[in-house]
Amino acid sequence: MLRFILRRVLQVIPVFVGSTLLVYFLVFSMAGNPIDALSGGKPISPAVVAQLTAQYHLDQPFIVQYGIFIKNLFTFNLGTSFSGRPIAAIIGQAFPVTARLAIMALAIEAIFGVTAGVIAGLRKGKLFDGTVLLASLVVIAIPTFVLGFLLQFVVGVKLGWAKPTVSSGADWGDLILPAVVLGLVSFAYVLRLTRTSILENMNADYVRTATAKGLSRPRVIMVHILRNSLIPVVTFLGADLGGLMGGAIVTEGIFNVPGVGNTLYRAVLSGEGPMVVSIVSILVLVFVLANLLVDLLYAWLDPRIRYA
Amino acid sequence: MRFSRISKALGVAAVVAMGITACSGGGTGSSSTGAGSGNTSKVINAYGGEPQNPLLPANTNEVYGGRVMDMIYSGLVSYDASGKTVNELADSIKTTDSQTYTIKLKTGEKFSDGSPVTAKNFVDAWNFGALSTNAQLNSYFFESIEGYDAVSAMAPDKKTAAPTAQTMSGLKVVDDSTFTVKLTQPESDFPLRLGYTAFYPLTEAAIADPKASGEKPVSTGPYMLKTWTHNSSLELVPNPNYTGPRKPKNAGITFKVYTTADAAYSDLQSNNLDVLDGIPAASLKSFQQDLGDRSIIKPYAGNATLTIPSYLPAFQGEAGKLRRQAISKSIDRQLIIDKIFNKTKQIAKDFTAPVIEGYSDSIPGADVLKFDATAAKKLWDQANAITPWDDSTFTIAYNVDGAGNKEYVDAATNEIKNALGIKAEGKPYATFKELRNDVNKKQLTGASRAGWQADYPSLYNFLGPLYGTGAGSNDGSYSNPAFDAKLKEGLSAKSTDEGNKIFNQAQEILFKDLPVIPLWYQEQTGGWSTNVTGVDFGWNGVPLYQNITGK
Repeated sequence: MLRFILRRVLQVIPVFVGSTLLVYFLVFSMAGNPIDALSGGKPISPAVVAQLTAQYHLDQPFIVQYGIFIKNLFTFNLGTSFSGRPIAAIIGQAFPVTARLAIMALAIEAIFGVTAGVIAGLRKGKLFDGTVLLASLVVIAIPTFVLGFLLQFVVGVKLGWAKPTVSSGADWGDLILPAVVLGLVSFAYVLRLTRTSILENMNADYVRTATAKGLSRPRVIMVHILRNSLIPVVTFLGADLGGLMGGAIVTEGIFNVPGVGNTLYRAVLSGEGPMVVSIVSILVLVFVLANLLVDLLYAWLDPRIRYA
Repeated sequence: MRFSRISKALGVAAVVAMGITACSGGGTGSSSTGAGSGNTSKVINAYGGEPQNPLLPANTNEVYGGRVMDMIYSGLVSYDASGKTVNELADSIKTTDSQTYTIKLKTGEKFSDGSPVTAKNFVDAWNFGALSTNAQLNSYFFESIEGYDAVSAMAPDKKTAAPTAQTMSGLKVVDDSTFTVKLTQPESDFPLRLGYTAFYPLTEAAIADPKASGEKPVSTGPYMLKTWTHNSSLELVPNPNYTGPRKPKNAGITFKVYTTADAAYSDLQSNNLDVLDGIPAASLKSFQQDLGDRSIIKPYAGNATLTIPSYLPAFQGEAGKLRRQAISKSIDRQLIIDKIFNKTKQIAKDFTAPVIEGYSDSIPGADVLKFDATAAKKLWDQANAITPWDDSTFTIAYNVDGAGNKEYVDAATNEIKNALGIKAEGKPYATFKELRNDVNKKQLTGASRAGWQADYPSLYNFLGPLYGTGAGSNDGSYSNPAFDAKLKEGLSAKSTDEGNKIFNQAQEILFKDLPVIPLWYQEQTGGWSTNVTGVDFGWNGVPLYQNITGK
């Protein structure tokens, strides 16, 4: 078990180097000089340009810039953004917001998705099953930004039940609306995955055995069917958590959430290599950890799986 | 001096939103100025963005930082709604030759921390802003002051900044409340510039630790910064030490940081936001209906043009002049304004903007801006008689990340194509940054869209930096000695009024040469919630926050 975890953690290193190198290179190759964006097309004194270029190492070749970034990373110094703020502080502010949003979205899709999926699976072909399947199809078919704008307009502007955008603190309450939008699409997938999986396992030998043994129906469903049906669902949720932590640029934009997606988007536009790569590095870690967690959950869900 | 930069696809960093400004052919909106009877204990929630740079006067060069700076600082002068200068900290600004200015400060004025405002605070702040090693983006604003060349000197390799002095020789403190400014040449509009952000004073502590000051400024303006929650909000409260003409009529301003104007518009409709300037493109058609008498459309000091670089071989000499005139006459500006911008622009009649003192809508030669397809074709044929057009495609470069750019450039190229019978098309750039890169390197292969928003209300600001030989923003490399001479004459005039007359004569030369083709003047659109009253926009299209009261 310990060896397994260690091996997985060591895998992070090549993934980390590869992804940061690639992303840094892409940002580096973006057309246009970041100082043009900074000056906003206004004239700027050549001496100031020289000073800024030296300050942010913009005159150095790619590999030197990347080297400086990695060197700083190991001394826990992510540097400062063009706005003069420490990158670590900017990230430290954005991540908790996105984490709150991601946890809520994940909770919504997991709780509602699995519950509805189980009920639909157990009552295959009944009215509930049909309705839920149709509804999930509709949700999957609608693009997120349409859903976002619609909910914002109806719930926020017309009905006034919630604030249309997130206020400055980005508290849990403010994030409900964007979390619903984010969670809704995955909710539909979770529902369908759970339903299919339940249907498959309902006819499995061990379920028949459990029923034959005279176990109560709730126990058969909860312990024998559901637990074994959760493996594909957990795999999906794990990958989804990584995606949600990466910041949903569209949803964060619509609801004005000061999270990772917004920060990343802004950094890409201004061509700030170190900022983009710092955020991406953390995302890589989040992805790897989320997947590790999923792998560990497999063993808990299905005792037949063992790690060497 | 700033180019209209564009709201990016998903918001962010948008500086002056070009596609989101508006005009209803002559109507100047429905504002109720300074009713004075409102509730002064209301805190106003206003639209804002994350300031791009720390809040230092000489480092704030975009609108979101600018609107905060203008509220928390006051300089020697400020601008009223019509763009006229009003004394703030200055008691008098005197000159006899438009080259040496003696500036006397009002006595007893204080910073928000209670320390007195002295002449030294100004001189030190300007020196700090100008010194190149401090890397302040607005440092070029000090270029007219004697000694600027020393503080902005480059090393012989032309690659590193190597100032030969730490301070500018043209600035001298006479006593606690007096200082003198010597310019390298007479410039009659220098006093007009002094209300711009770059010229605000700084405390000694701020210069010693600019980083801390940029986060939490000690300032001189109507308000002071209470908290700045990055990427989310800036909270301003009235400054008890402020005695100037912009006394707040409310209990503070909270600038909410938005990444898209669409989100802000949703907030405005549900009263979560009190004032919004720059209605998002998607709501331009409906905002007057949505908001009724809580909406405003007002011209501000900005315009849009097409630059046709003089380094293009086909646009040189007499033939080039005729071609530019032909292109100008083949664009039906009013049609584009009506169809694409929902009438939220005003057709251009000169190279400046109508909210500036000295503006004239009847400068001789301005009829070259009138749409006339037949005359355009005739001019084009005349040009071809001198040097034939090589049948290449005439292009207009634009940045896709600015709302409405593609639509109007496509419309304009179609009109040119139809009127002149040549191939014409838009040339898209993914970002503003990439377009500027080619513009700055003088690598354009055709025309390019451009825009200008004045930093201070002055005719010269629309002319000198853009069309003077070798000037900083002369993208088209235009050069005409007669025009340069007129500029110089205007600058050395005894008064601003006299100078303005000469600047308008200089525009007559521009109309003959057409270094750029004026398209339209910008108008700002906006709206407010049912909780506030007294909303009006200033000369630069930014709300006059201090006059807003609760209901």
